[in-house]
Amino acid sequence: MHAPVGRGPTGLAPINGARMFNYALRRILYSVPIAVGVSLVCFLLLHIAPGDPIDAIAPESASPQLLAELRAAYGFDRSLPVQYFSWLSNVIVGDFGTSIMTGRPVLGELANAVVNTLLLSGGAVLVGFVFGLLLGTIAGYTAGSPADRAATAFAVAGISVPNYWLGLVLVVIFAVNQDWLPAMGMGQGAPFLSWANLRHFVLPVIALSVIPAGIIARSVRGTVAEVRKQEFVQTLHAKGLSPFRVFIHVMKNSAPALLAVMGLQLGYLMGGSILVETVFSWPGTGFLLNTAIFTRDLPLLQGTILILSMFFVVINLVVDLAQALFDPRIERN
Amino acid sequence: MNATTGNTEADRKAGLEQPILAAENLKKYFPLGGSFFRSQTAYVKGVDDVSFDVRKGETLGIVGESGCGKSTTARVLIRLLTPDSGVVRINGKVVGAPDGISVRDMRRRVQMVFQDSYASLNPRLTIEDSVTFGLRANGVPKKAALEKAHEILGLVGLEPDLFAQRYSHEISGGQRQRVNIARALALSPEVVILDEAVSALDKSVEAQVLNLLQDLKQSLDLTYVFISHDLNVVQYVSDRVMVMYLGKSIEIGPVEDIYARPLHPYTRGLLASRLPMDPRRRVQSAPVTGDPPNPVNPPSGCRFRTRCAWAEHVCAQREPQLTEARGAHRVACHAHIPGSGHSGPAKWEGVDAD
Amino acid sequence: MNTPTSTQAAASGSDIPRARISRSFWHSVARRLSRDPVTIACTTVLLVIALVAVFAPVIAPYDPYKTSILVRLAPMGHPDHLLGTDELGRDLLTRLIYGARTSLFMGFAPILLATLIGGTLGIVAGYAGGATNMIIMRTIDVFYAFPSVLLAVAISGVLGAGIFNSLVSLTLVFIPSLARVGESVTTQVRNQDFVVAARATGASDWQIIRGHVLSNVVGPVMIYASSLVSVAIVLASGLSFLGLGIVPPEAEWGSMLSTLRPAIYIAPMNAILPGIMIFVTSMCANLISDGLRTAMDVKV
Repeated sequence: MHAPVGRGPTGLAPINGARMFNYALRRILYSVPIAVGVSLVCFLLLHIAPGDPIDAIAPESASPQLLAELRAAYGFDRSLPVQYFSWLSNVIVGDFGTSIMTGRPVLGELANAVVNTLLLSGGAVLVGFVFGLLLGTIAGYTAGSPADRAATAFAVAGISVPNYWLGLVLVVIFAVNQDWLPAMGMGQGAPFLSWANLRHFVLPVIALSVIPAGIIARSVRGTVAEVRKQEFVQTLHAKGLSPFRVFIHVMKNSAPALLAVMGLQLGYLMGGSILVETVFSWPGTGFLLNTAIFTRDLPLLQGTILILSMFFVVINLVVDLAQALFDPRIERN
Repeated sequence: MNATTGNTEADRKAGLEQPILAAENLKKYFPLGGSFFRSQTAYVKGVDDVSFDVRKGETLGIVGESGCGKSTTARVLIRLLTPDSGVVRINGKVVGAPDGISVRDMRRRVQMVFQDSYASLNPRLTIEDSVTFGLRANGVPKKAALEKAHEILGLVGLEPDLFAQRYSHEISGGQRQRVNIARALALSPEVVILDEAVSALDKSVEAQVLNLLQDLKQSLDLTYVFISHDLNVVQYVSDRVMVMYLGKSIEIGPVEDIYARPLHPYTRGLLASRLPMDPRRRVQSAPVTGDPPNPVNPPSGCRFRTRCAWAEHVCAQREPQLTEARGAHRVACHAHIPGSGHSGPAKWEGVDAD
Repeated sequence: MNTPTSTQAAASGSDIPRARISRSFWHSVARRLSRDPVTIACTTVLLVIALVAVFAPVIAPYDPYKTSILVRLAPMGHPDHLLGTDELGRDLLTRLIYGARTSLFMGFAPILLATLIGGTLGIVAGYAGGATNMIIMRTIDVFYAFPSVLLAVAISGVLGAGIFNSLVSLTLVFIPSLARVGESVTTQVRNQDFVVAARATGASDWQIIRGHVLSNVVGPVMIYASSLVSVAIVLASGLSFLGLGIVPPEAEWGSMLSTLRPAIYIAPMNAILPGIMIFVTSMCANLISDGLRTAMDVKV
């Protein structure tokens, strides 16, 4: 839900092939303070919450003595830095605490949800990529024509539409008016590659894919129109290469940038699928987040946010490294 | 002049011959960008121990190849760069010293015109706003600043009614440089540093702007430090000339002297590389060949020796200091320093200046 | 030495173009925008929605909070209710009109605040450079490392629902990217000759920022901020849809979508109606931003 801007850390020098290792090391090292900062924000979130966090944990009728015991048990009686470091050292070994609602470890609750969200987001990015590529290529090749206008309008619509509302509209069309596709949940127990399972993916994946589709379409349109003007493409045409072969050449040139856009979109969707997941009652991290917020299950909330944001940090890192690997000329600044 | 006690240097210089602007042992080194793993150890010696005086009413030309430290010197003079050591004096008062003159006051007396006429004007401001900016920043009320700006625009030959409201992209390069001159003059400075101020202009426009500069100098009683790589232009405008090589001042003296009887082999090479008007006299002496050495790691002793036809043992041993050769003409070359151990200069076969 | 007077030198300035009306950057941007039909159409739509929002009490046919058990979920085209009614029998047209107030406010206010705060941080960081830049930008990087929706949901989820909390959380979400744009443009501008020349006049940092930096940074930051308006509109209504933003019975498009959601099986048209408003508003904001970007891409 965010237009891609010049992402990538500031202040890191461009690289050439020989410096790749050096760059990779620096880029990884750069992620460490970011990751620490992110964990600190996640930790502090719990403490900016209005009221005493213990109120969320303790039963309403708890005696002062029980409150004090609970406070000590959760470590709320210690100073913030001490709490942070003990929390962090637990988190690093995978101990995210215990969900207040279910009484089970947060990590266990998260594991399934993360997989479900990843399936949904991954599917949406793939679908979005295919549609975006199609729209963008048409628009870029026919720049200025009515076809370009239509494709571009479609792309802007994709970026502008509230995807949760699109989900509702899809439900109305395909699940209410026609009973073609399910409106809620995942396939229960059906094998992953069976239609009984996959049909559950169709509507949420489409709803989630419009933003990446729009963004990729715009970026493809830009590159195609730009690259087509360049000399080497005109040379290829002059050499008598078929338009398709020329297209492949053009795409090869813009592939690293497109991969980067896709990677980042996966990260945004992972963190932003909460709305669509809510519409489709999808048992993913968004659903978990929703539950955690409305039951004030703070450990669960904290753990979910931490996992999703760390995922985003890692994706950013991978995207930058991959881009540097594929296209060493890229100036990252 | 009320020199403060203890400031004996200033006392000594507070005589009749006191220069309006003086640089004393200026040094400015640039650290080479260290990376994450490397700490900064190497330096480019942009300006390395340079001293010179500028007298009231004169034009001091500074010449040299690109990268020789001309522009860095200019920027240190006007304190856009802080010198690593050495001082700049205005009328004998040390710039930035507690008992001297503040940087802000110095900038009211010394102004600068930059080479890139386009980049040195804010594209979002009208010409009038660009010229008034310095005045407004120095507390001149808006109306007075506007009046002054219009007056100065008229002085530099830009009719205010026609140009004041325009933007920099709407006028030509020559006109833009006139605006930059007006901007520098708005604060009524005594010294103007012209850093390659006409180098980017077409030859015909260059001549117009040079003439304008000469006129302004007369009518406004200005002193110029004129920096350029163009030997002809420097000869045309300067009273005295300083030649720089790799951050060092290697020769300084009256313009006729430098051009007619250059002493330093580098100056000779530079002058010989000019195309003379008379084709029969073209290229008689070998001009300077090759590229300047790496400024990070300059040659030992004399920095020019790697390109010098006269280089001898002593040149690698000791660094030559600026030494008086003929009156006010000073040169840093062992060949001209008696008792340096050098066998002496070769005969000057260059083209005499006309 | 041949020395013509300065006026002669000027007169010979062979290159004085004939006087034509001089145009400032913003002048030419406005002129370009006024020739772009898409931008004009979208601006008109947004202006109409804004006017309707402002004059809601005069225009709206009903009281937005007046419920009626008798006409719940009346379909579109109902004789008394042009756009039908919601699950509590409130007039949908009325609620959409009142909803425009909160929805537009939540689209623009956070961007305005974030532009002021983020832009200032970026300009300070970019102009100061060095350690100041380091401290500000590395902190910004941490917040930038959160996906925007997640950050908004997290902050709102922790602070609780309500218009003020949503404003805080959305503003925080948009500060980092705006600060980054501000910082990178300022860093570029700071090293340009005209800033160096301004320093050489003895002007203070504040005077230089006001006189030279701002005029060049405002444009790019504004373009970027305008592209975020649609994101803010969608995100704000999304928060309300989740129950983390504007809470019922207050009319707001996202929150209306949320309360009408169970009615999707009975009166689907009513249920999706508020979303159309969000879509149209966000689309117009996006297209205006595109127009602005094109119009500002003037080579001057």
